Amino acid sequence: MTALIALVVRDLRLAVRVGGGAFVGVLFFLAVVVVMPFAIGPDLNLLRRIGPAILWIGALLASLLALDRLFAQDQEDGTLDLLLTARTPLELVAAAKGLAHWIATGLPLVLAAPVLSLLLNLEPLAIGAVVLTLLVGTPALTFIGLVGAALAVTLRRGGLLVAVLILPLSIPILIFGISASNAAVTGGLPFGAPFTILCALSLGSLVLGPIAAGAAIRAGLD
Amino acid sequence: MPSPCRLVGERLTCERGGREVFRDVSFSLDGGRTLALVGPNGAGKSSLLRLIAGLVRPAAGTLTLEGGDGELSVGEQAHYLGHLDALKPALTVAENLDFWIAALGGDSGLSRDDALDRVALGKLAELPAQYLSAGQRRRLALARLLVVHRPLWLLDEPTTALDVASQGRLFELIAAHLAAGGLVVAATHQPLALAYDELRLAGDTVS
Repeated sequence: MTALIALVVRDLRLAVRVGGGAFVGVLFFLAVVVVMPFAIGPDLNLLRRIGPAILWIGALLASLLALDRLFAQDQEDGTLDLLLTARTPLELVAAAKGLAHWIATGLPLVLAAPVLSLLLNLEPLAIGAVVLTLLVGTPALTFIGLVGAALAVTLRRGGLLVAVLILPLSIPILIFGISASNAAVTGGLPFGAPFTILCALSLGSLVLGPIAAGAAIRAGLD
Repeated sequence: MPSPCRLVGERLTCERGGREVFRDVSFSLDGGRTLALVGPNGAGKSSLLRLIAGLVRPAAGTLTLEGGDGELSVGEQAHYLGHLDALKPALTVAENLDFWIAALGGDSGLSRDDALDRVALGKLAELPAQYLSAGQRRRLALARLLVVHRPLWLLDEPTTALDVASQGRLFELIAAHLAAGGLVVAATHQPLALAYDELRLAGDTVS
């Protein structure tokens, strides 16, 4: 357990000190959301209706940004070799790295979402729904991304490929995240059903992501 | 003191990138002894070390650490000191070492400060690792072997970048490890300043 805590603390320290990490993601998120009203035009009703979708797409793309370096950095400086000789199962190591990555890059997106919602003319209820779905959904994006990040270790320079591999797998999360948010905006449709499916997807990926990532790293041993 | 161990490799064959690096390599190493891997570049010295550490799977053959902990793999009972120092430039010397104390797991050895003193980095504990010279980075990597006790040390060109005084300290550390019943496997081009058995890897004979 101390090994995992040490790993999370170290990765968070690195994310804060090296700079970038968290803020690059938030800046990218900001850029996507700010540009959107200019592209669509000053139709407040339209913005309000598609606002949750814009926020979700922004968050999805922003969370893909830093993923490919997640394991590759540790591989390049030899840290990954030593983590393999450590007495902690590789799956838990992957999970700890995923957690640290989510705290450093996913959580800032969730925190930035309410502010960016104002730019899209969302109402308080809709803002709440989007933030809640992002809070539940971004861990899923990170932990599915873990698998791609682990594959990037083997592929070398596989940065772009990671995004291509991960994007299709994150579509279900996007669908249920947006439909839950829309249900809260438009009313009528129940919020609970898509939201619980989103929670289920998230919980599933928390378990499967690290296992698959561990297997990918082991398979790529050389 | 843990019971003396014995490292036995039988008919190990290694393939990397679809090419056979070496075939049918056998050796046995008793506690308190050093095995020096010698041979030309590309003979598979580093590959054999990585194979013992569990970072490369053997294509054939078996590897056992007799007298070790049966629940752990050989790699989990070994310190691997490769070409890369596994240091994070943004963390301080002390933070880097603290991380490895927690992450590697197992019986603890020296305290962090003692280990840093032993490799003559005590005064630099609060310095970010990015400002270390190549030799200092190497010494910090060596300190990792001291803070966590593991019976088997796998050293890949351990003297790289070390000055004469540091090399002397390295051999003192190795001698202390051997005296406590530890095992050392080192890939090297220079003769080691201590008694050792030699395993010669032939190189390009298989291609």
